[in-house]
Amino acid sequence: MRWLWLALVVVSAVAGDLLQSREMKTEGDAGAPGMRRVLRLIATRWPLALSILCMAVSFFAFLALVRIEPLSFAVPASAASFALETLLAKLLLGEHLAARRTAGAILVCGGIVLVAR
Amino acid sequence: MGGRRTAWRLIVLVTLLKPVSNLFLAWGMKELPAALAINPLLFVRAMIDPLVIAGILMQIVWLLTRMSLLSVADLSFVLPVTASGYVISTFLGRVVLHEQVSEWRWLGAVLISLGAALVASSPRATAKPEQPL
Repeated sequence: MRWLWLALVVVSAVAGDLLQSREMKTEGDAGAPGMRRVLRLIATRWPLALSILCMAVSFFAFLALVRIEPLSFAVPASAASFALETLLAKLLLGEHLAARRTAGAILVCGGIVLVAR
Repeated sequence: MGGRRTAWRLIVLVTLLKPVSNLFLAWGMKELPAALAINPLLFVRAMIDPLVIAGILMQIVWLLTRMSLLSVADLSFVLPVTASGYVISTFLGRVVLHEQVSEWRWLGAVLISLGAALVASSPRATAKPEQPL
């Protein structure tokens, strides 16, 4: 049962992050928006609203996971979304991954694997 | 310069808020009856637990703060840097919830910290390579 909850946490989190990043990227030229502007963006852009829904699903799945598993397992295991998101950020969002950033990301992933043992 | 400072403030806030909110959520959820583990009623009960409510409020602030951060930095930069939150969560689980954490898990925590530091020294956004964070 824990793998089912974990899969739900990871997949919905990845979907939410990618939608959110793609939409917020268009706001980058104006600098970091304030909270009021962020809330207005959520209300007017459906991909952002959908990303919130995805994150809500991920959140409730996480609640169920953390109910039956230790925090020191649930949190690192849910970081499986990290590797998938970084890959998809390059493939879908066209983000450039510099060598140093890629190396760091790989190191972080290796650490997460050990933490999840 | 001001934008760079703002980005770093957002990174620190995003990094700390998540693990602390996770701690409150886990703390609250573990106080609920075990029989509710796969029952939808679990979520209703969870929503009125003070610890879970505190965790949810922190996650809302975290979410809005992270959205601001994503507007000035790449997702592939934000994710590795804030990955240190996983280490903090493990630490909080060990210290506050008294969970057993193996040596492998601590070694992994060190690797994550090193990787996050490496990523933090790389350019922050694809569109603005001339402004390293």
